[in-house]
Amino acid sequence: MFGGAIGDGGAKVSQNDQTQGSTNNPYSDSRGRKRVVVTGIGVIAPNANGVPDFEMALREGRSGLKHQETMVEAKFGCTVAGTPEGVDALCEKTFTEEELMAMNMNHRYAGLAAIEAWRDAGLTRPAADSDEVFWETGAIVGTGIGGMDTIAEKVVPLTNAGKIRRMGSVCVEQVMASGISARLSGLLALGNQVTTNSSACSTGTEALSMGMERIRAGLADRMLCGGAEAASHYIWSGFDAMRVLNRKSNDEPEKASRPLSASAGGFIPGSGGGVVMLESLESAIARRAPIRVELAGSGLNCGGHRMGGSMTSPNPTSVQRCIGDALADANIRPEQVDAINGHLTATGADPKEVESWARALEREPGSLPSLTATKSLIGHALGAAGGLEAVASILMVQHGFVHASINCEDVHPEIEKHAASIPHSTIEMPDLDVLVKAGFGFGDVNACLVFKRYRE
Amino acid sequence: MEQSEVMERVVKILTPWVKDETALGKVSMETNILDDLKVNSARLVDVVIAFEDDFDIEIADEDVDRVNTVGDAVNLISGKL
Repeated sequence: MFGGAIGDGGAKVSQNDQTQGSTNNPYSDSRGRKRVVVTGIGVIAPNANGVPDFEMALREGRSGLKHQETMVEAKFGCTVAGTPEGVDALCEKTFTEEELMAMNMNHRYAGLAAIEAWRDAGLTRPAADSDEVFWETGAIVGTGIGGMDTIAEKVVPLTNAGKIRRMGSVCVEQVMASGISARLSGLLALGNQVTTNSSACSTGTEALSMGMERIRAGLADRMLCGGAEAASHYIWSGFDAMRVLNRKSNDEPEKASRPLSASAGGFIPGSGGGVVMLESLESAIARRAPIRVELAGSGLNCGGHRMGGSMTSPNPTSVQRCIGDALADANIRPEQVDAINGHLTATGADPKEVESWARALEREPGSLPSLTATKSLIGHALGAAGGLEAVASILMVQHGFVHASINCEDVHPEIEKHAASIPHSTIEMPDLDVLVKAGFGFGDVNACLVFKRYRE
Repeated sequence: MEQSEVMERVVKILTPWVKDETALGKVSMETNILDDLKVNSARLVDVVIAFEDDFDIEIADEDVDRVNTVGDAVNLISGKL
């Protein structure tokens, strides 16, 4: 499946399972594990807030990237970023004054997306003064560098000024990594596992994988999974220092995020929140919940900072293994994959990533599945990227389309052989059955999800 | 500043943290901030900062420890104006 260097564990599992057939239990997969479906999604993104407008933005190829004065003032090389708009008004309608005083930007993005996912799943937001706790519902919602705005704007200046007391009571919950998921527990009375994962750019993707495993294991009925990242130049400055942000498109913000392109010059930072309600099929059917798609399988691994991998570069072998592991876990053969929503950031890693997709899916040039990059529209939202792009992937599978990967009219020479697979405008794909979504993060960590059209 | 005006401003400052709206409706000098208004005790430090900002005063930690009722807060603040 992967060639000699990679091993064959995943392939054997996959092929064996193909011959086993499914069990008679419609709520279990061929290995007797609980099937997991998506019953709700929520999104706060640079190009749209809320699922209906986000789907429209995807279909239109609408960019959410804009000039950022804070980056100019701080003398960034890159002065473009993706930040959600209209969030304050949404917050006023959604949260109490006390809740808002305790929530920084990271919490607000996550909270808005989670509440939308909750309602989308057909659930009613519990009253704050109710003692009802949803013991079978939990959250794994991650962040990459979330809370940095609080650290930069409150913790460091007030501590340095000897004004500790002025920090008040909320700084700890805003900067502790678990604050983002803990806040969701309070907003939605979650009583199952509530935790924050963090694996850099694969955070949100990893969160869905971890939530799926908890449901498969029978430890939860529902898990809110995804990620959020604040819009803060304090979060982005380190990446600018690394010279991994695109400095060449400051005058054309909407053209600045250029995955797959020959003129790609680095990524554009994004922000927002994307949250998915995963639920056991059994629970979803029992309460007649709307089912958007099935999450059929996932893969998680790390390249060990070997074989070309490092803190900042992916080990191509581990990337291919991760994709293969996800397909095997989903009991999907490589030829069944119809579309890819790649990690694809617009750095020098794009050509290697595309080559890894081709190898893992055993595709020759011209036969690679449709390949798109949501980051071309919203930038790279770091810890929120996986959540946001999972929402995009779910919409594409459910409604049978692949959104345009914009700003790559000049396809990178090393990707040119696969150029026919890259949609430059939205393509309708009514038969889209399987879409694979991956996130590859700093630390050489990888996460891959296999979404499948839901069928009884 | 009249005590009634201090009281009005104290209640207004407390309002976002109050969990028992009924108790807020019949608030008096004897109303206990934690027990009656159900303000989360962890948020009292935020309430004190809001008092300091609104009245432009400084409140020492040992003074905070003596504040249990709305009246305690009103008297503490009035003494510093």
